[in-house]
Amino acid sequence: MDIKAYIILALTLFTIGIIGVLVRRNAIIIFMCVELMLNAVNLLLVAFSKMHAMSEAVKASPTYVSDAQIFVFFIMVVAAAEVSVGLAIIVMLYRNTHSVDVNFLNRLKN
Amino acid sequence: MSNFLQIVWLIPILPLIGFIINGAGRNILSKAVSGFVGSAVIFASFLLSIYVFIEVKNGHSEVVHYFNFINIESLKIAFAFKIDPLSSLFLLIITGVGFLIHVYSTSYMHEEPSKDFAKYFSFLNLFVFSMLLLVMGANYVIMFIGWEGVGLCSYLLIGYWFKNNDYTNAGKKAFIMNRIGDLGFLLAVFWLISKLGTVSFDEIFSQVSLDKLSLADKTGITLLLFVGATGKSAQIPLYTWLPDAMAGPTPVSALIHAATMVTAGIYMIARSNILYIMAPLTQHVVAITGLATAVLAATIALKQNDIKKVLAYSTVSQLGYMFLALGVGAYTGAVFHVMTHAFFKALLFLGAGSVIHAMGGEQDMRNMGGLKKYMSITHLTFLLGCLAIAGMPPFSGFFSKDEILAAAYANNPILWAVGVFTAVMTAFYMFRLYGMTFLGKFRGTQEQEHHLHESPAAITIPLIILAILAVIGGWIGIPEIFMHGGHRLEAFLEPVFRQSNAIATKHALSHSKEYMLMGISVAAAFIALVFAWNKFSKYQKSETVSTGFTKLLENKWYVEEFYNAIITKPINSLSAFFNNIIEKKVIDGLVNGTGKAVNYGSRQLRWLQSGQVGAYILLMVIGILILFIIQLFL
Repeated sequence: MDIKAYIILALTLFTIGIIGVLVRRNAIIIFMCVELMLNAVNLLLVAFSKMHAMSEAVKASPTYVSDAQIFVFFIMVVAAAEVSVGLAIIVMLYRNTHSVDVNFLNRLKN
Repeated sequence: MSNFLQIVWLIPILPLIGFIINGAGRNILSKAVSGFVGSAVIFASFLLSIYVFIEVKNGHSEVVHYFNFINIESLKIAFAFKIDPLSSLFLLIITGVGFLIHVYSTSYMHEEPSKDFAKYFSFLNLFVFSMLLLVMGANYVIMFIGWEGVGLCSYLLIGYWFKNNDYTNAGKKAFIMNRIGDLGFLLAVFWLISKLGTVSFDEIFSQVSLDKLSLADKTGITLLLFVGATGKSAQIPLYTWLPDAMAGPTPVSALIHAATMVTAGIYMIARSNILYIMAPLTQHVVAITGLATAVLAATIALKQNDIKKVLAYSTVSQLGYMFLALGVGAYTGAVFHVMTHAFFKALLFLGAGSVIHAMGGEQDMRNMGGLKKYMSITHLTFLLGCLAIAGMPPFSGFFSKDEILAAAYANNPILWAVGVFTAVMTAFYMFRLYGMTFLGKFRGTQEQEHHLHESPAAITIPLIILAILAVIGGWIGIPEIFMHGGHRLEAFLEPVFRQSNAIATKHALSHSKEYMLMGISVAAAFIALVFAWNKFSKYQKSETVSTGFTKLLENKWYVEEFYNAIITKPINSLSAFFNNIIEKKVIDGLVNGTGKAVNYGSRQLRWLQSGQVGAYILLMVIGILILFIIQLFL
């Protein structure tokens, strides 16, 4: 399969993530958009890894292992940990301010 | 190196040691100790100078090389001393007169607090050290070190009573005037280095070097050196500092501003005689300047009422005489007059100091008079000094002045006529001074009269010694017409001026003519003397305001005012312009403008820091996009 399709898909997801972060105010949605960007990159990583591993030249090499496939799991684990922390922050935020609107979170300014 | 040269370095080092002891110990030394140390080191130097002088007289003239003072590739400036007849004679004058003045000072300055007393002696010792360095240096650079050193000490000692603002200003004036001259000296040294690559006297005055210099070079160098001499030796146009320098203690005026420092210019030109004799234009400039200064200062001295001011203008006038002698090529005459002048002018200053001391600080001659009966020793020695400076035979001034006048006549009779005119004025103002001070009735207050007394021995003994020297000092230079081989000074200095004498055209005067010239000048001076004696022994204080020419003289030809108008005022207004416009508007504007620009800029940039997370992210994304674009397309 052509690698371009994956790249376009990943790019689309990533752009949606960026736009989401920029235009939305809800902290949870921003958070989701950040995850979207992260996973767009994950997708790209897996796709590249797969395509790379399929080439003949690499198969011939004795050190052939599909590294990125494993690496992505690590990223997922770390992302899960990060999500738990992030959500915890948002929950605490909501408890304190009764809002998850990021525009209210500029109180550090003064 | 002969034996005696090994101790030559001690001569300047001893006063330096005295300076260090007195300077460092000024808070702990008692007056007796610092006075003793200050005088003793000079006395030791004096004894060594006598020894050196005798050795030189026996024909041991040498250059003593110690180390290289400046050592740059092709330019090597040695720290070396030149011991020859000229420098050894100056050594004697400096340490001898210097010692007497130190002794005198121990009594004269006795009312100063002991801290200031030691400070005074340390400055005086430093001065003697610098002066010795100036005289002994074997090249222009070492001479220049001493030259600057004496200028510094002169400044320090004029402003000795620094709490009085006028005195401090007088010190500053002397220093600045000297600096103007020093610049000329320095430029001449650079000129020599660029042309010859050396500053050593022996090398410059050798035939090889002299051939390398064109006439323009010689004229330029000698003129610049002469600028230096006008500053140090108070000649037109830089003479105005010397009368103001009388703000210092009287012994300082005697030592620095009469006997030694102001003769540095004469020494320097006498040392460079060969360059001068080869630059006729400079010779004329020197002679005319000297004569003009002599006349101008003498006319001013006629009408001054401050006893020290009269002596100061008299010094300027006598220095003018010496420059006249240098200008007409009578180098021996100039050095001779330096020597006799050192004796009688130091004597007159010290005598004036003794009078001022007795009068309780009063310097105005209008309030003196009749001191003859209170101060017999001061009176007698002062009278001898006056006779000597007036050029009466057989006192020392007669011989040296006569030699200069004879040389001037041989060069140009007009120079001689003006010289005699000055000599007449000299006799007049000196006996005006004498008459107003010592003759007639006392015109001061009752209290002053009550306090009048003869000064103590530490003051009178130097006066007596100097008086003896002022009387007999001229006998080492008796003119040829009186006694064959009588001019021992000329024979002694002959090696120094040999080169110049070979070049200079000798105008031999016939004996009858020389007698006649001598007779005219002595007779004219004697008439002026008698006239002044009669006139001022009956001097009465009068309140009439002087007018016309007298007023012009009393105000010193308005030279100071003229300098103020053409130099000081424009500089002041230029400074005011720089202060008000350049400093306040331009420089402050630049500095404040930078600050304001930063302030304004940051106030505008502040809005970027909004605290909105979205805005930060937007900027970040834009930044990343820009980096992408650069990476991909550029």
